[in-house]
Amino acid sequence: MIETVNLTKKYGSFTALDSLNLKIEKGCVFGFVGHNGAGKSTTFSILATLLTPTSGTAYINGYDVTKEPKKVRRHIGYMPDFFGVYDQFKTVEYLDFYGASYGIPKNEREILIPQLLDLVNLTNKKDEYVDVLSRGMKQRLCLARSLIHDPEVLILDEPASGLDPRARIEMREILKELKNMGKTIIISSHILPELAEMCDEIGVITNGQLVASGSVASIQKQLQANKIIHVRLASDPDKAIVFFEDEPKISNLTKHEKDTNTLIFSYTGSDEEQVALLKKAILYDLEIISFNEEETDLEDVFLEITKGVEFS
Amino acid sequence: MKSLLINPVLNKEIKLRFRSFKGFLGVFFYLLALGIIAIGFILVNTIYNASAVFSPEQSRIMFSVLSFVQLVLILFMTPGLTSGVISGERERQTLNILLTTPQSSTSIILSKLISSISYLLLMIIASMPLYSIVFLFGGVSPSLIFSTFSIYLVTMITIGSLGVVFSTLIRKTIVASIVTYGVALFLSAGTAFLTIIISEMFYYQNTTNIISYFTAMVNPFIILMSNFEPYMVEHIYQASGIDFSLITSFMLTYLVITVLSLWISIKKLRPKAKVDKGTVKNG
Repeated sequence: MIETVNLTKKYGSFTALDSLNLKIEKGCVFGFVGHNGAGKSTTFSILATLLTPTSGTAYINGYDVTKEPKKVRRHIGYMPDFFGVYDQFKTVEYLDFYGASYGIPKNEREILIPQLLDLVNLTNKKDEYVDVLSRGMKQRLCLARSLIHDPEVLILDEPASGLDPRARIEMREILKELKNMGKTIIISSHILPELAEMCDEIGVITNGQLVASGSVASIQKQLQANKIIHVRLASDPDKAIVFFEDEPKISNLTKHEKDTNTLIFSYTGSDEEQVALLKKAILYDLEIISFNEEETDLEDVFLEITKGVEFS
Repeated sequence: MKSLLINPVLNKEIKLRFRSFKGFLGVFFYLLALGIIAIGFILVNTIYNASAVFSPEQSRIMFSVLSFVQLVLILFMTPGLTSGVISGERERQTLNILLTTPQSSTSIILSKLISSISYLLLMIIASMPLYSIVFLFGGVSPSLIFSTFSIYLVTMITIGSLGVVFSTLIRKTIVASIVTYGVALFLSAGTAFLTIIISEMFYYQNTTNIISYFTAMVNPFIILMSNFEPYMVEHIYQASGIDFSLITSFMLTYLVITVLSLWISIKKLRPKAKVDKGTVKNG
């Protein structure tokens, strides 16, 4: 379980984090989204006991990160957004070193490390030097390292950044597996769709403030008060324009650039009103082939939420 | 204690040091430098000597020369080996991960210092065969050798601790190195210069001034000299009016510097944990 209470971090006059309140239940995968410099890494560093907040505090499984950092460290697996590896270390030795750092006995490490390497698909790289591994492999190795002491809470700062699409998919598969293992995960990204699929909840942070949070669906809903509707007609679009123009909740009515038989407009009515609108249009003898909402993907949602805040 | 001696960081440091060729190269050049000086000294002393005999007296001088050179090398190498131990991890972006492990700050700092010191010790031990030339010709007592190596050890640990503290406090290795070298230079050349100036100044005024004692007691070269030829530092005792063994003062001062440096390093490695004021929240 992760909780932050009025978490604030200031660097001189710059406020990196402004009274952040989060509550992430056990077993939940929480996606933390925001543009670069929004305060994601600051939050994660505080949770990982690397940074002390200016005010407020955070709890990991009930332990205060500022007062009981030693206990917190045993409960978290942390993967920073940027990290290095020791050159001259082999993959197995790399994991062995961190395993030893957590006080795991040697005989247990010998059993554990092959399992972790298997989990992140690096078994065939076990005797390679760490610094010659590709970026994607290093990221996966770092993930394996953060799991070595079997922490309940994972703090993953942009685990998929800088990866090619294939490596991203591999990373996503591993994260799904971790989710199934019942880990509480807080994961950040500046690319929202990447997170949507695997997260139970999402929080959007801008300029150190949480501007939206909740389930993926509820965040999407927040923005769907303003729907974009496409209506494709068999003929006579001008008749349709006359009809739709009179409707009160329709605005920005235009013809599609390429297909002039398709009309596009913004609609602010409820689902019920939308049903009524369609019925009315058919009774008006409009030859409607299709009547559908434009899919707003999370990217649009993200842009919509952070719009205005960013430049205020 | 077991966790301090056999701990992952120390284990890793030593393993990695000798995995790269640099570790061996260091020892090689160290011995080469010392060897050239030792052989050169014997050559110079025998080539113009009709009998071509190396006397115990010359052997003793050679021991002094070797010891001074060794001290120069130690002062030169220690800052380089220690001033990057923390800042280097920070620059390689491995420090954050290390700090999220439950290893105590004390164990991280001490392991870093011990691994650097043990590398220096290895070099000194590797130089022992060169010293055997001295033993062959005699002129040096075992107790002198022991005290000389004690001075080395104390100097290494103290300069090393200073390197560690600067490496912890300063973000960039290059800056930490410059500062550590600066301090080492001050402790060796700077204080020697001050000692000479101050003691001469007051010597001719026929008054005593304690400053020259303090500048002398932190200078490892003066200490080394007082160890070989006690009469050479008589002057300092007279000029300062303090009649307390310089070597003891040196050891005590360096011990204080070491403890202080390590204490600051341990405290500053991680952000300070807030003191619990009795409000425990469990959720």
